Amino acid sequence: MVRTLLVRGLLLGLLAGLIAGGFAFTFGEPQVDSAIALEAAHEAPGHDHAEEELVSRPGQKAGLFLATGLYGLAVGGVFALVYAGLRGRVGPRSEGALALTVAGTAFVAVILVPFVKYPASPPAVGDPETINSRTVLYLVMILVGLAATVIAVATARRVTAGPWARWVAAVVAFLVPVIAAWTLLPTVNEVPEGFSATLLWQFRLASLGTQLVFWTAFGVLFGWVSDRAAHRAAARATVASPS
Amino acid sequence: MSGLSAPSVISFPRLRLWLLAVPVLLLIAYLVLMDNGAISQTGAYLHELMHDGRHLLGVPCH
Repeated sequence: MVRTLLVRGLLLGLLAGLIAGGFAFTFGEPQVDSAIALEAAHEAPGHDHAEEELVSRPGQKAGLFLATGLYGLAVGGVFALVYAGLRGRVGPRSEGALALTVAGTAFVAVILVPFVKYPASPPAVGDPETINSRTVLYLVMILVGLAATVIAVATARRVTAGPWARWVAAVVAFLVPVIAAWTLLPTVNEVPEGFSATLLWQFRLASLGTQLVFWTAFGVLFGWVSDRAAHRAAARATVASPS
Repeated sequence: MSGLSAPSVISFPRLRLWLLAVPVLLLIAYLVLMDNGAISQTGAYLHELMHDGRHLLGVPCH
């Protein structure tokens, strides 16, 4: 059973990653190209950046699909194991509804919460010197999102005063640590003077859109396939033991 | 909903062995999203190859 779920998560994650790659290629690459063109225009004449590139621009555009595909594979596998642990214990009892709920929660906790504090930036934005500290802060924000989710679920399970009270308790328990982290963690401000605000905004929308497409596609595919498998198993059980 | 019952719970001991896959999966995610050549020993090659993906998946990069 766990193996079935894991294989399902890996394959559907890969597929959803490639779908998200298609979105990123269509809506994100124009912004990446514009940002690189801006960077090149600002560099001193005679400084040829192209010669230093290990991978050509077309190579990087192909690498985009490799990146989103492998990302989907890894995330899909972890998702499947988390899903296997939650199944029948927490959340909706039907396979499809549980898959959609977990995918939606993961998007909010692991993508949206860090994005609000440390939004994605195109190439040419961001100081190479601070890459390590920025990465650590980003990971801390992911951990805050995950911890807040655990706190919210634990809180909701203790509230017995009805579904509305449970929802309010869950949302408050989630938002308190998240807003505290948004407020207390250091802000990163490395957009160069004069960088196009429109380009930055469009890039950030494309980046968030890529993750939204991934999690939507993955949640729907995983839920759909799981529901179909459950129906088939139920049908087989009925045939095997007609009572 | 013809004869569809709630999914059966998978016991934690049965799940435990499969959790060994998690470090492998996280290593793949690390190589895609964060490696700068230190672990992969490919210089910056992996980093550059998947550079656009990193930026568009929203991970910090330079």
